Amino acid sequence: MADLLDALRLYVRLVRARLRAQLQYRTSFVLDVIGTFLISFLDFIAILIIFANVPQLGSWSASEVALLYGIATLAFALTDLVVGHLDGFPQTIRDGTFDLVLVRPRSTLFQVMTADFQIRRLGRISQAIVVLAYAIATLRIDWTIERAVVLVGAVVAGTAIFISIWVAVICIAFWTVEGREAANAFTYGGVTLAEYPIEIYDRWLRRFLAYVVPVAFVAYFPALFILGKPDPLGFPTWISFTSPAVAAAVAFVALGVWGWAVRHYQSAGG
Amino acid sequence: MAVIEVEHVRKEFTVRRGGVLGQRATLRAVDDVSFDIAPGTIVGYIGPNGAGKSTTVKMLTGILVPTSGRIRVAGLEPTRQRIPLARRIGVMFGQRVQLWWDLPLIESFDLLRYIYRVPAERYEANLRAFREILELDPFLRTPVRQLSLGQRIRGELTAAMLHDPEILFLDEPTIGLDVIAKQRVREFLVSANRERGLTVMLTTHDLADIERLSSRILIIDHGRIVYDGDVEALKERYGTERILVVDLVEPAPPLEVEGGRVIRVDGPRQWIAFERARTSAAQLTAEVASKAALRDLAIDEPDIEDVVRRIYGDARPAMGPTERSSTA
Repeated sequence: MADLLDALRLYVRLVRARLRAQLQYRTSFVLDVIGTFLISFLDFIAILIIFANVPQLGSWSASEVALLYGIATLAFALTDLVVGHLDGFPQTIRDGTFDLVLVRPRSTLFQVMTADFQIRRLGRISQAIVVLAYAIATLRIDWTIERAVVLVGAVVAGTAIFISIWVAVICIAFWTVEGREAANAFTYGGVTLAEYPIEIYDRWLRRFLAYVVPVAFVAYFPALFILGKPDPLGFPTWISFTSPAVAAAVAFVALGVWGWAVRHYQSAGG
Repeated sequence: MAVIEVEHVRKEFTVRRGGVLGQRATLRAVDDVSFDIAPGTIVGYIGPNGAGKSTTVKMLTGILVPTSGRIRVAGLEPTRQRIPLARRIGVMFGQRVQLWWDLPLIESFDLLRYIYRVPAERYEANLRAFREILELDPFLRTPVRQLSLGQRIRGELTAAMLHDPEILFLDEPTIGLDVIAKQRVREFLVSANRERGLTVMLTTHDLADIERLSSRILIIDHGRIVYDGDVEALKERYGTERILVVDLVEPAPPLEVEGGRVIRVDGPRQWIAFERARTSAAQLTAEVASKAALRDLAIDEPDIEDVVRRIYGDARPAMGPTERSSTA
């Protein structure tokens, strides 16, 4: 517990240091935030245009899909804020800076995750919140404590699921320097799939999203409960409450993959 | 009690030639290396590129697992006890930046203090001492990316020492530095060794680093230790010939000087080889000055690569890491 607190405090210190470094260039910082916000907002406009023409997606209305989209995008935006810089991780392996991580008295994953913090990525979070607010305002949700908890839980668990997927796939970099594209297929691909109801996908893809790379648990299953919709695919109602457990399981797997990859580096790398 | 123990250590890498489908070959980077280092020693670890130097240091610091053999550093097994070991060693790789590139130097120190959990009073005391010895004050608040190489290296040294390590591993600490900066780094290491009992293991190409600092020298070539002993003994055995380079006022035929022989002439410049044991540089210079008007002179010390080559005998051609076995 004391260790966890100590790690958290160090994390805050590292983040503050990153912020100070980024704020040295105020104009570039402001432009960055605006740019990210605009790009994310264009994504949203694209969705609105689709829905103006296709008001129904499977058994989902436009506002219902906006709820899915909002939850998935918010979880992904938080993920991106925390671990977005892992995009550059293959470079750390290539130029040998990972060696420096191994000679410091902290967990390797902690050091890699805290190596940077791009505050401009806040732009994407604000966009996700706008969409989520729009969905909640236009849907007539019968709010209960359970539903509110499932909503918050979905964002938290969803963030954990995305972070875990990100960590697991970035491990490709320990084997090949060209792993970035493959990793992006899972990370950016995963969030795109989570933004729509999985019932519109082909059967094998649905199974993949439920059992293998479980992004269906980020937004789809929790949203069913929040909206009081029975699952058209026949999954039981309780599945909506399992997102945190699924997140814990995925995190466990990701830690295992990371540890295995670091051991591989130590026996073969350099 | 040795602070570093290395017994029959080997490190093999599997490499593929010609892409994923190429043949696999086993490369033996370190081959049956054994040595002990006593606390408070400054050891120079040298050898040509690709000889196994950095691989050895990476195994000692917990970056790489040995293929076989036993390693103990400060009584710990490096990769298995990586985190406890990291608290007790300092590491500085000359070409890799440990400091935060876009932060003022002092902020990097502050972050390292929390990463290493250095007690406040130790941190204050160490920082005060290093600021003085390494003269950090003029650039303490400058972002690291704006520092000169010499300033950055001084910062890196401080960063590696803030947590009171028992052993300091240095990889090419003076590479690219000017004479004054080199001198400052060396003085720092000598004083840390004397005052703190710091054990230092440094890999370098610079024979002068070794001469000024080390009480002991280890030479590795083709993955094997080929020399383990003190510097003077090494020079007496293998590196006895030095070269006096003289620039004369006027071009002249090869000079006839006692104790030396001219091995090359290029216009007014002449290269005169002489034996360390038989003639001193001062004697030889006086000899030359009595024969011709001198403008400038310099002494070339035997290069460490030459010394290593001589240890093996000149017949052996220089080559990369040894390949001893291959498997399909």
